[in-house]
Amino acid sequence: MRVPLSWLREYVDLPAVESGRDVAAELIGLGLEVETVERLGADLKGPLVVGQVLEIEELTGFKKPIRFCLVDVGDANGTGEPQKIVCGATNFDVDDKVVVILPGGVLPGGFHIGARKTYGRDSQGMICSARELGMGDDHDGIIVLPIECEVGSDAIELLGLVDEVLDIAVTPDRGYCLSLRGVAREAAIGYGIPLRDPALLDVPTANSYGYPVAVEDPEGCRRFVARTVVGVDPEAKSPLWLQRRVQKAGMRPISLAVDVTNYVMLELGQPLHAYDRNALQGTITVRRAHEGEKLTTLDGANRVLDPEDLLITDDSGPIGLAGVMGGATTEIGPETRDIVIEAANFDPVAIARTARRHKLGSEASRRFERGVDPEAARAAAQRAVDLLVLLGGEGAVAEAGVTEVDAPREPVRIAITADHPARVAGVPYSPETVAQRLQEVGCTVEGIDALTVTPPTWRPDLTDPNDLAEEVIRLEGYDNVPSVLPQVPAGRGLTPAQRLRRRIGRALAGAGYVEVQNYPFVGDAVFDAFGLDASDPRRATVKLVNPISDEEPGLRTTLLPGLLATLRRNIGRGNTDVALFEAGLVFLPKTERPVAPRLPVDRRPTEAELDSLAAALPDQPYRVAAVLAGDREPAGWWGGGRAETWADAVEAARTVGRAVGVELEVRAAQFAPWHPGRCAELLVGDTVVGHAGELHPRVVKALQLPERTSAMQVDVTRLTAALDEQGGEKLATAGRIASFPVATQDVALVVDESVPAAKVEAALREGAGELLESLGLFDVFTGEQVGEGKKSLAYALRFRADDRTLTVEEATAARDAAVALAADRTGATLRGA
Amino acid sequence: MSAPNKSYDPVEVESLKPEEVDKARDAALAAFAAAADLDALHEAKVAHTGDRSPLALANREIGALPPHAKADAGKRVGQARGRVNQALAARREELEAERDARVLVEETVDVTLPWDRAPRGARHPLTTIGDRIADVFVAMGYEVADGPEVEAEWYNFDALNIAPDHPARTMQDTFFVQAADGTPDSGVVLRTHTSPVQIRTMLTRTPPIYVICPGRVYRTDELDATHTPVFAQVEGLAIDKGLTMAHLRGTLDHFASSMFGEGIVTRMRPSYFPFTEPSAEVDLQCFVCRGASVGDPDNPCRTCKSEGWIEWGGCGMVNPRVLVACGIDPEVYSGFAFGMGLERTLMFRHNVEDMRDMVEGDVRFTLPFGMEI
Repeated sequence: MRVPLSWLREYVDLPAVESGRDVAAELIGLGLEVETVERLGADLKGPLVVGQVLEIEELTGFKKPIRFCLVDVGDANGTGEPQKIVCGATNFDVDDKVVVILPGGVLPGGFHIGARKTYGRDSQGMICSARELGMGDDHDGIIVLPIECEVGSDAIELLGLVDEVLDIAVTPDRGYCLSLRGVAREAAIGYGIPLRDPALLDVPTANSYGYPVAVEDPEGCRRFVARTVVGVDPEAKSPLWLQRRVQKAGMRPISLAVDVTNYVMLELGQPLHAYDRNALQGTITVRRAHEGEKLTTLDGANRVLDPEDLLITDDSGPIGLAGVMGGATTEIGPETRDIVIEAANFDPVAIARTARRHKLGSEASRRFERGVDPEAARAAAQRAVDLLVLLGGEGAVAEAGVTEVDAPREPVRIAITADHPARVAGVPYSPETVAQRLQEVGCTVEGIDALTVTPPTWRPDLTDPNDLAEEVIRLEGYDNVPSVLPQVPAGRGLTPAQRLRRRIGRALAGAGYVEVQNYPFVGDAVFDAFGLDASDPRRATVKLVNPISDEEPGLRTTLLPGLLATLRRNIGRGNTDVALFEAGLVFLPKTERPVAPRLPVDRRPTEAELDSLAAALPDQPYRVAAVLAGDREPAGWWGGGRAETWADAVEAARTVGRAVGVELEVRAAQFAPWHPGRCAELLVGDTVVGHAGELHPRVVKALQLPERTSAMQVDVTRLTAALDEQGGEKLATAGRIASFPVATQDVALVVDESVPAAKVEAALREGAGELLESLGLFDVFTGEQVGEGKKSLAYALRFRADDRTLTVEEATAARDAAVALAADRTGATLRGA
Repeated sequence: MSAPNKSYDPVEVESLKPEEVDKARDAALAAFAAAADLDALHEAKVAHTGDRSPLALANREIGALPPHAKADAGKRVGQARGRVNQALAARREELEAERDARVLVEETVDVTLPWDRAPRGARHPLTTIGDRIADVFVAMGYEVADGPEVEAEWYNFDALNIAPDHPARTMQDTFFVQAADGTPDSGVVLRTHTSPVQIRTMLTRTPPIYVICPGRVYRTDELDATHTPVFAQVEGLAIDKGLTMAHLRGTLDHFASSMFGEGIVTRMRPSYFPFTEPSAEVDLQCFVCRGASVGDPDNPCRTCKSEGWIEWGGCGMVNPRVLVACGIDPEVYSGFAFGMGLERTLMFRHNVEDMRDMVEGDVRFTLPFGMEI
């Protein structure tokens, strides 16, 4: 809502020194969100006067039409002589009244006007357009003023060029502030001064000879007022003051009838509609649409109506979408003389749905959606009638008929105790203060300690005790609420799962991975690039009705698409050695997907009802994934770098495992999008919790990634669940730290190349028994010496006992046992044996 | 060696004569002093203190002396050997110091050479600022609550007193999830705020409840410098007996000072949210200029645009209708709630100028934020 300060002052006697900023601060304190204070004409400087064009000489020989004019500006130029002005516009004639800025003046934007020679002539000033004066961007042409304007008079005041406009973002509960009347009421309360309520008008009582109206749907339309003005001069224009007010409030002046209805809506908050009476056929009827009915609205659109749409109809059928937009057939035209004014009160929900259904928000629907004061309808109709009669020419007359169809409703009454606002705020307010503040906003207050409060008709948002508490507290000032810390009972800190998430993030960041947070939107293209089968469950995504991009209508079932896109973006920007990780939810649709019911809100839902909501949601496990490309360790003066490999990805997964407190088991696997020979699946017990390794070369190519790009993903939710099955996260226990010496034995085992090292290691560990302290693989060798299809794995075994120094014989025996089991399990032979 | 002096005759032993002992001692001292380096000193040591050195031999001769002479000779030889060992140690120390000085100089390296071989990582600032805020509240006794991002409309809207016809429930604002049959009416959305976590918390816990909920939320905005369709919020909720707006304000002030510096406070402006009543906007006192830039055009403040206050979030007293939907008796309990955008908080706390930097995942953006914020 744009509120010109000059207009606001008509209803409240704000102190003259108050600037727009001051008023804005006061209103903000009361809860009106004043977004900007626009200072119109702040840098405008006169002399800016009304002139009358005496002569026009068309200059030739230039690329565009140029006029040399003589303009009478009266005594404004000090001489009384006609002013010589060169002008590039042509939309005016001799005798027209125009706006002239004389040398010495400054136009908005700091455009200084002087006398100068241009197009071979002396030019002493300028004839101004609306745009040059900062009146709006509607048209480039010269402003031609009404002929009655006085030559030489000040145009700054005439056009109201210096003003301040408060732009207020009105919250949904404050529909009444979509009017000057509402904002003025707030200002009056804020400044503690009286309001001159523009809705307090003398209105003739309803009678039976007004334009016939029938309301078939009193739920949708609780009041319909119709008034008629006849004999309006179609040539009559809105006066400048009215045009300027409408313009400053952000609407375009169009014609007298339209401008008057807009003006009254801005002033009183009551949307009005004007019909050409001679285009109306019979009784105006308010009803819901019939299936398949159509209407051409004022914007020219042909609309198929929904049975829920509330309509204005006559004998010809629909003539308007009630409270949203009128129809073309009864529109005020250039010939219209007789006008029927509609001031109705429509149901907010009906209007909101229709506006949304037809994607047709209007100034009227915005107000009806938030609730319009039903008591304003009569006054608004009266005000429009008065203005049309006043401005519509000699012959304009109000007809005596006054139509009013009413479906009266019981006013809301709210019972509260007088100390309720104090108990909400934590500040004592006297019962007198409470009653007074409620009365200030227009409530009727009965009682002393137990209050019965009837909110005013313009405040449909006041329904609950806390609504009234807010009114009292805001008027007393939120700033007066003290700052007191509550006594919070002792908490238990983060949950194990929450601590785990932090630990994983820290561990990966500590290992040199940079965290990213990607959008979770995916499309089929990336799954195609991944080489996923048509039946791969990851292709079954949760789909959005209204995605940001139609290419990505689904939610991720894996973290890799986002990570790989970000990897590519980094490389494209020259960050070629990158290691990234992301932790977050993926969305896995369930096989059965019932619709989530709309549960009641007037009580706690039952457990069964809550279960029905849970059943409608996808599984949303927490995952962590990492991708890397380029050098894992950089090159430098010390020598070359080390390119990342599949092994780094596996190690990243192990890092996650260790952060969780478990050594992940690693097994070779084939799983898209990984390289079939370089993919590890990661297990806890028998549960696969993730994959790691190098990406498939075709995937790398399809996604334009560097060769050998590697990735891993671990499902943390599944991992912790698997751990829970094994008895949950165990507390680390301190082992006995033996101080007896260590005995080291090395073994080199030859196995088939297909035998996984993990299997050999597991056999060695098991076979070596309790004395084995640790085991390290220090060499992997293939070559002629070990034979075709074989590899040699060299391990260092460290033995130690916690109660004695081991003898060589004991250590050797343990080693031999280890080798024997490895031989048994994997066919390993001692190298050189 | 002389034969044992069994007869106890005063046999003269040449090497034990005082002058001989003195001579051997002096020769040793001279040799040590003359040793120019540790190798020479070692040679001198062998020559003068080794098994075949005059003093060692003399020492062995003591046994040959008659008992009455042993003490005297022993004393003399002992003193001489003590003196020699002392001199040897002193000289060794001197020579070692000389050697160290020389060798360590020779071993000097350029310690300014870079050795940044370990790759550096970092956590995303949206993660760490969420953690940081959670820690502030956990220290006060709050617990951290979380919930799903794909959420039932009932949790996201209805239970929060957002009626079916509320403008927020349009496709202009909310991502709707398709039903199994592809129609739009699944009753499921991408949560538009973290408030459904509050509902879940109230349904599963009994008051007193003090929780903080950081998390990812979704609205159908196009990505630009100040908007993103996927962003992060943190919300707090307190339900207890006798909670008032004063407690809300005290909590916000503590939050502000914990995050932005001692003495930084908040301001509440009346506003409207369906799930709180009364409702307020929360402004943060500018922690850079502390209001000094207001009305001082010569010293403008970029952070608060010389307003003195920074818009931070929304808050209010939990609407009793919300309590009813969660089975909490509003006659017994009251509560407050507040919420802030983490992106926005990050933007003004850390001078992030463009929302896209937080979205695009460029490592150059994230690395400076390190592990904590």
